[in-house]
Formats: sequence, C-alpha cells, structure tokens
Amino acid sequence: MTLASAPAPSDSPPLIRAEGIGARGGGRWLIRNVDLTVGRGEIVTLIGPNGSGKSTTVKSVLGVLTPDEGSVIRAPGLRVGYVPQKLAIDWTLPLTVDRLMSLTGPVSAKDRAAALDRTGIPHLAKAEVAQLSGGEFQRALLARAIARKPDLLVLDEPVQGVDVAGEVALYALIDQIRHETGCGILLISHDLHVVMAATDRVLCLNTHICCQGSPQSVAEDPAYRALFGDRAAASIAVYTHHHDHTHLPDGRVRLADGSVADSCEHDHHHDSHDHSPHAHASDKEHHHAG
Amino acid sequence: MLDDFFTRALVAGIGVAIVCGPLGCFVVWRRIAYFGDTLAHSALLGIALAYLMELEPVFIVFGVSTIVALSLIALRKRSGIGSDAMLGLLAHSSLALGLVVLSFLTWVRFDLSSLLFGDILSVTHGDILLIYTGGAVILGALIWIWRPLFAATVNRDLAEAEGARADRMELILMLLLTLTLAIAIKVVGVLLITALLIVPAAAARRFSHGPEQMAVLAALFGILSVVGGLTASLEWDTPSGPSIVVAALALFLIGLIRPGRRGTVTAGER
Repeated sequence: MTLASAPAPSDSPPLIRAEGIGARGGGRWLIRNVDLTVGRGEIVTLIGPNGSGKSTTVKSVLGVLTPDEGSVIRAPGLRVGYVPQKLAIDWTLPLTVDRLMSLTGPVSAKDRAAALDRTGIPHLAKAEVAQLSGGEFQRALLARAIARKPDLLVLDEPVQGVDVAGEVALYALIDQIRHETGCGILLISHDLHVVMAATDRVLCLNTHICCQGSPQSVAEDPAYRALFGDRAAASIAVYTHHHDHTHLPDGRVRLADGSVADSCEHDHHHDSHDHSPHAHASDKEHHHAG
Repeated sequence: MLDDFFTRALVAGIGVAIVCGPLGCFVVWRRIAYFGDTLAHSALLGIALAYLMELEPVFIVFGVSTIVALSLIALRKRSGIGSDAMLGLLAHSSLALGLVVLSFLTWVRFDLSSLLFGDILSVTHGDILLIYTGGAVILGALIWIWRPLFAATVNRDLAEAEGARADRMELILMLLLTLTLAIAIKVVGVLLITALLIVPAAAARRFSHGPEQMAVLAALFGILSVVGGLTASLEWDTPSGPSIVVAALALFLIGLIRPGRRGTVTAGER
C-alpha cells in the first residue's frame, strides 16, 4: 500500500533507473552502490546529512556527472526540469525573470506567465534576477523548471530561503503539479518533516542508501535515527504512533506494562502498517497480552 | 572608396568591433578576461613562429592560441592550477618567448610597436576580406549556439541537466575567441585586444536588461569607439589602436554616470 496521495502505480517504464552507481571525488567515494528509480507520477525524496552525497547522486542520475561505476538509464527523450542547489547570478549578467524562463529552451509567453503565477511571483516577470531576494529567486527557479513542462522535475533543496508558510505552499504546489502533469519528481530535502505529506518514497542516504521506504517506515528505521538522532525523528512524531514498548540491548522488549517479552512482533519496515494508535494498541494487546 | 587608408581602417575596425561586442559579453559574463589576455599574449609567439616558418600569420596565430586555450582548459580540469598564477605564467612566458624568437629573425623587418598596439592604418583589402568573412563565420556560429552557450554560462549543471552540452559549448566559445584574436590582432595588437572585447561589453551592461540586448549594444559601442578613436587619432595624431580603446573607456565612464545598482543574488550556501 502506498500513501493515499500517491497516484495509481503505472506499468510504464521508469523515467530514470540508476543501478549501483558510485562516484569518486577528492580521493574518496562520495557515493557508492546507490540504486534509484523514479517513475511517472512518483515523488521520490532523498534525505541525508550534509556531505552524504545527495547532490552527487542527483547529478549522476541527470548525467551532469559521469559516475565512476554503475549504470544510469534515462527514458529516451526525457525532458528534465532542474533546480540546482547552488546558483549565483552575477551582476554582469543582465537577466530578467521572464528571460530566465526560456534559459534552456523556448517557452511560450502563456506558459511563462502561468508558471510565474503558480509560484506566486507574477509581478516579478520584468525584474532583474540579480535583484531578487533569496526566496523570490527560489520561486523563480522553480517557475522556470515547471514552465518547461518536464517529464522529470528534479529539485535540490527547492525551498531554501523561503519562509515556513511559503515552504508548505511550495510543497503543496509540487504535489499538485505531479498530479496534474503526471511528471516524476526527484526531491532533495534535509527536512523529512515538511516533505512527508507528498512523498511516496524516501531514500535515506549517507554515501550509501541506509534505508528506504515510505516516509513512516524510514522515520522509524534505526538507521535513520542513528543518522539524524532521536530528536529529528521525534520532530515527525505527529506521523508516527507512540511506541508502547522499548527495545532492550539484548534484543528483548519491555512492554508498556513493564513486562519483558522476546519480541514486539512489530515490523518496522512494512508499508501496510496502520498507524492509528488505536489499531496499534489493540494489535499489541493481541500479541503480547500476558 | 576603399582606396583611402582611413576608410579602410574604419571598415576594418567596425568589422572587428561587431564581432568583439557579442563575444566580449561572454568574456565578461564568464569572468575570463585574464584568460583572453593570456591567449592574446600567446598570439605574439604565433606571429614570431609565422615569420620563422614564412607562413600566413593568421593561421599560425589561430593555431598557437588554440593550443594554449586547450591546454588551459585541460589544466583547469585536472587540478586547481588554472589559477591566475598559471594564466600569468603562460601569458608572459609566451609573450617573452615570442619576443626572443623575433630577435633572432634578423632578416625580417618588423615593427614591434605595431604588433603590440596594432596597425589599423595599414590594413589591406585582403585584411578587410579576412575580417568580414572570418567575422561572419564567428557571428554565425555564436548565434547558432547562443541559447545553450548562454544557459551554460548562467549555470553549467543546470544547462547540462536540461540537455545542453555545456563543455562542448565552452570549447566552441574558446575556438571563436582564438579565431577572433587571429583576425583582429592587426587592428588593435596583442596588448589591447582584450580591451576591445571587454570594455564595450562592460559599457553596455548598464544600459541592458537582457543578454541579447547587451550583445547588440556592445557591438554598437564598439563601432562608436572605432569611429571616435580613429577620428581622434587623425585629428590629434595619436596612435590609432590605443585611441580606439580610450574612446571605448570614455563610453564606459559615461555609462557609470547613469545611476545603476550592483549586487549578486545567491541561492544556497556558498
């Protein structure tokens, strides 16, 4: 079972499929043994700490970098819309937001205006890019990427510099675009919390893929907690059930009533888990009572 | 009409200015002015070798500058050596090497000052033909690759991800630059050719709201500089090449008076 917001799984081949990719830099492996697939209408989120290879993975998948090992297959004629993590527009470049829209290919005036409308900056069409604030610039970059009507939208930290309210709105927009156009979306985020509602699949990266699955299962995964700490995991507690048992060092489990059992009989990885606390509690009672 | 040396100089200079304007915009945008300087200095070595081998200087200058450009690109990729020190090393050693080679060619009569500062007043019909055919090729190629080249200039990764061949675009730009050096060296000389690339483009920046507009304005400012500089040089008997650059500088300074704002916007941590 996938999240309610996810579209029906399609049988069409994936937009991109990377298998066992590894990339070296500065005498070490930046990423290694990374598998990644994005299909039509699917939102895949990469999370991981700084320097975990998120951007390197995305660049390898897009062909900006040539990976040192592994293979990347892109659907023929794949149209990509990319918002890179770092982009500086120097003052020497005379560039209006409107001209930015057609940077890598022609885009009709109607599509340019529509994209600016959607990202909430229609009034900035004639503004010089170098004069925009950080948040406005991010919106302009996102508008540019969606104005191309891409098959695959790749967003590397797309909401940096945007305030929290704007952040939620932009993620809602990204989800909406996915539903309207059926494009696949590959997202990089440092913050699992905000992207959860829309994401189908989360890949937790730390040079290699530590864990993956639905946002809930990743948030509960020990590997994710080890990487981000319990505090980060707790910050998404709203999406998780309350644990009524504690895992002991020896592998046994202390239940809520203080008794100790051999197992909680609870699979942290399966996706079909019902996270309603009630269901969970009764579940527990059924298995562990006594 | 082209029989008059002054008219020939005007026609040749205007041809060079039209090519240098748009190309110079990319030099300014990509911050490769010193890179262009290095290529220009290496042109003197090319001229010396052309004298030595008794071959047409244009081709040898193009060849030598291209080799220097390609090795600079390769060096920069390999390590961080493509720094200003590396550029300076190549620029001045090739200039010095060229001068040393020339000093051995005792049987050749040449005017060093005309090599360094240009000799636009002595252009021939053949030079004009070369400037306009070469210039047409350069501008045609530039228009052909304009969009992907500009996209790669704004951001290499973005352009590459969305299908532009950024590295190939950069390579073509380098070839167009060395070709421009080869055809323009006679007009402004080794030392001042970068000025003709960057000064009109820099002057055009303050009046432009888009890259295409800036390219056209830079060509226009270049033409004004050539006409103004040559007229002044005739009037006051000043050296022609430097006078053109001084005229371009005057245009730039006039542009400074016009109020404008400066700043850089950056997305993401740097």
